[in-house]
Amino acid sequence: MTTVDVKVARGVSPVRRLVPWVATEWKRLALAVFLGTMAIGCGVGLLAVSAWLISSAALRPPIFELNLAIVGVRAFGIGRGCFRYAERLVSHDAAFRALSRLRLAVYDRLAVVAPAGVPAYRRGDLLERLVRDVDATQDLPLRVLVPYASGAIVAIMSVVLAFFILPAAGVVLLVSLLLAATVVPWITSASAAEAERASAPARGELNGDVLTLLDGIGDLTTAGAAQAWLDRLAEDDRHIGRLAERRSRASGLASGLGILLSGGAVVVTLLVAIPAVRSGALVGVNLAVLALLPLATYEAVVAMPTAALALGRVRGSAQRVVEVLDAVDPVPDPESPVAAPVGVVGVRLAGVSSGWPGGEHVLQGLDLDVAPGGRVGVVGSSGVGKSTLLAVLAGFLPYDGSVRLGDVEMHDMTGHDVRSVVGWCPQLPHVFDTSVVENVRLAKPGASDEECRVALDAVGLGPWLDAAPQGLATPVGDHGALVSAGQRQRLGVARVLLAGHPVVLLDEPTEHLDESTADVVAAELLRALEGRTVLWVAHRPHGLASLDRIVRLT
Amino acid sequence: MSKPLDPRLLRYARGVRTLLIGSVAVASGTAVLVVAQAFCLGDVVSRVFLEGATLDDVKTVVGILTLVVLGRAVLASIGETLAQRAATRTSAQLREALLAHVVRLGPIWLSGERRGQVATLATRGVDSVEPYVARYLPSLVIAVIVPLTVGVAILTQDFVAAVIVAVTAPLIPVFMALIGMYTQTATAKQWNTLGVLSGHFLDVVSGLPTLKAFGRERAQSQRMAEIDKRYRTATMGVLRISFLSSFVLELLATISVAVVAVSIGVRMLDGGLTLRTGLTVLILAPEVYLPIRAVGAQFHAAADGIDAAEQVFAIIGTEPAITGTRTDVPTGDVVVDDVTVTYPGADVVSLAPVSLTLRAGRITAVVGPSGVGKSTLLATLQGFVAPTSGTVTVGGVDLTTLDPEAWRSRLGVVGQDPVLVGPTVGDDVRLRRPHATDAEVDTALRAAGIDPSTLPDGAASRVGDLASDVSAGQRRRVALARVLLDPPPLVMLDEPTAGLDDATEIDVVDAIRRLADAGAAVVVVAHRPSLVQGADEIVELDPVAVVA
Repeated sequence: MTTVDVKVARGVSPVRRLVPWVATEWKRLALAVFLGTMAIGCGVGLLAVSAWLISSAALRPPIFELNLAIVGVRAFGIGRGCFRYAERLVSHDAAFRALSRLRLAVYDRLAVVAPAGVPAYRRGDLLERLVRDVDATQDLPLRVLVPYASGAIVAIMSVVLAFFILPAAGVVLLVSLLLAATVVPWITSASAAEAERASAPARGELNGDVLTLLDGIGDLTTAGAAQAWLDRLAEDDRHIGRLAERRSRASGLASGLGILLSGGAVVVTLLVAIPAVRSGALVGVNLAVLALLPLATYEAVVAMPTAALALGRVRGSAQRVVEVLDAVDPVPDPESPVAAPVGVVGVRLAGVSSGWPGGEHVLQGLDLDVAPGGRVGVVGSSGVGKSTLLAVLAGFLPYDGSVRLGDVEMHDMTGHDVRSVVGWCPQLPHVFDTSVVENVRLAKPGASDEECRVALDAVGLGPWLDAAPQGLATPVGDHGALVSAGQRQRLGVARVLLAGHPVVLLDEPTEHLDESTADVVAAELLRALEGRTVLWVAHRPHGLASLDRIVRLT
Repeated sequence: MSKPLDPRLLRYARGVRTLLIGSVAVASGTAVLVVAQAFCLGDVVSRVFLEGATLDDVKTVVGILTLVVLGRAVLASIGETLAQRAATRTSAQLREALLAHVVRLGPIWLSGERRGQVATLATRGVDSVEPYVARYLPSLVIAVIVPLTVGVAILTQDFVAAVIVAVTAPLIPVFMALIGMYTQTATAKQWNTLGVLSGHFLDVVSGLPTLKAFGRERAQSQRMAEIDKRYRTATMGVLRISFLSSFVLELLATISVAVVAVSIGVRMLDGGLTLRTGLTVLILAPEVYLPIRAVGAQFHAAADGIDAAEQVFAIIGTEPAITGTRTDVPTGDVVVDDVTVTYPGADVVSLAPVSLTLRAGRITAVVGPSGVGKSTLLATLQGFVAPTSGTVTVGGVDLTTLDPEAWRSRLGVVGQDPVLVGPTVGDDVRLRRPHATDAEVDTALRAAGIDPSTLPDGAASRVGDLASDVSAGQRRRVALARVLLDPPPLVMLDEPTAGLDDATEIDVVDAIRRLADAGAAVVVVAHRPSLVQGADEIVELDPVAVVA
């Protein structure tokens, strides 16, 4: 087997690896940070200037001396909401744009390495999680970067303001804000991460038990064991509850600490500012400003624990996204590829061994010779490597030994060329969320409706289409009509028929049909594939009698 | 915007009740301390600034202020801990209520797409109720108690400011509701477009091997970029509208504080207000709006939870097929009399009229082509489906009046595609009789055609290790062993010998015969001649007619 050269960017955190995508939107993000700073700044300004205004008014100066402050208070009052609105729009726009780019990058990498290069293709839920992970990375600009940056800028500005009024008060505010911006988020995110770590196995167990209950609901109910199973789930949940207890206490501590830091800053500021007023170091008018500044500035740091939590979540998602971006192509194209053979060719395997990356070689030393236009059945029980064999022939897996299409060795061809010769029909082909006809047409862009219909008829889906309300245009997939496993398989075969590959690989195409239907479909299928080289894989020889030869894998 | 608190949540999640009581206490305490904090600050600043007081003169008030801050911190900490704890408990209680009801609704209800939906709802869906409980509900309680208390405190100090606050604060919920109504469709559409986009991505990514097989992966990349752009534009259009409500909220809240501040300042110039009062009111005014804003901010995080809770309640509100309560199940023949089944919402009859009688000691074979309703008949006999017409009686009593659980305790079922719940094969065989001995389990397995010594670790082999290799035929034999271990009065088998080699098939047919001879009434759905020949009675189901 070819040794894979795993490219691990050591020491670089996965979140940092996402920065290039976020950075493509730096102009919009900078604007968002500016707008966010203005929004929080308006809140601080509103309270600080109001305090100054009221204190000054107590000395009863002529009103024109206060005009500027009055205008300022009103402007801050109006500005805050407007800046916030603008910030949210700009930051969301930027986040969505960055997300689009990342999504495409993930797709492009998957397009190269799928299905063997990433584990996600062996378990449907992993793929779903990958998609959620990609979506979750939008929190990096939206909930981490912009709130943290704008909060920090406002906090620094407040400290500078306080420092100019009374240096000691500036120091007090600096210390309290530093603690609020570091210790509090740290407690929150560390306890969340720790709870996550501790409860992940328990959650996995719970989710597994839920799925088993739902899958086995009939068996459990009729065996009188459903209640026992529900009790077991309740116990799983209590276990998770106990693990979550520490986290509740930690987040309680964090929110108490937040209040303590802002309120404590007020008290300590008073302790340093009151003597300063008496000594003349501080103008009395500014005492109220200094006393209220910690309360007002608290808003700048209050979002930070949330940002830290979001960062923790993004980190997990980023890790899994980066794994895909770094995934190595298990079947890299050769540097100087040989052209694909033309016409109907045979397939000749000599001493072929292969397996999925990270696993053993399920297929070992296989010899198999299929003449051009020949039809060979391959049978064997699960796990003997039937699907592995087809994945090798479809150019999805690397192999040891020799696989020749006609007279060309397969790994001298590009994957794309291999698949222009070999048509692969997986066991449960994917049905895209579109119409029946588009699902078939993807095999041969530009094919007419009639051509697609002929292919669908050939796999025995004609009656189903006739009964379907919209015929060929019937939507299928996630948002369309229910398609049974048997129909899915036949849809997949229809694609291969339409595409016209000279070599066709069929993976249990009649597995989900009852025996009589299976026989009819098998016969029709072989008729439609007349003249092409066919490799038909099944776990039982039933219905394969009309093939040239049946090979048993052991 | 949906109802802030669904009363059903209180019924199914006891954790929420405790939380609400705790939140009221915490909010009331916080409200008093917020007021005290403002009075202390107003007093200290005013005395130091205008009356020349020294630190020593105001040390009592500063001391009180310190205690107030400590008190607020402690209350915030308690409130947060309570809320987190309640959230965990609530999701657990909702999950429990949901799954218990799903069990009552049974496998037929759960089939098809529902299985996936319920699986998601029972795991991630129910978990998303946590932010709703932990953040939204407490903020709702605070938003009622704190603004009212603080408003009264302002009223005792300055009538004009109290009027400004009293006019503007209630405007916020009113405007929010108005804008909420206006943007509701837009907001719903937003989740929709975002969902469509990631749904589309999942669709394409899942289908990548297929796309590659036809050399279409590059072309799709182009198309994805276009679709992404289209949805992003649409989403931004929607966001412009749906962010409006928080815009109005923020605008009203800050403008009101600004108006209060300016009004205080101007009146102080006339000598109408003291600095102490002015400052106290200035500190209090934002505290009226802060909790209301917090509710708005938490709403988005809570929306998923509200949605999930509603889905849970919709399922819990669904009636099971059979709601009988009679627990003393009579013995005697099971008589199916002219029963038909049409699933709700289907325009096709799933079971055409059938009549048959199941007697103790006899094997009844049900035959007919695929799709004729054999499995539907078995589901009806198990009480997972109610007959659309006709009756099923047990010893003369209508099946639908029986308590489903009591009835099912009399059944042994081997389905077409049984699920092994594990963790070991032995556990699975023991499902009906948890305390059976190892020897009994081995005997049952052997009788069902599985030699325990061929399993990697005998009956203690883990189901998960076998899962990929265990064929449906083997799983059916394990399910048969369950029944053989503890033979019930009525046994149902759905194609028990499909996928077996001839020798094993003979073993299984013998085992079924012995069950009947031991006194069980047996009903077998069968294709295979060997099973049909062994039956005492054969019932042929008619192909179903499509209702126009």
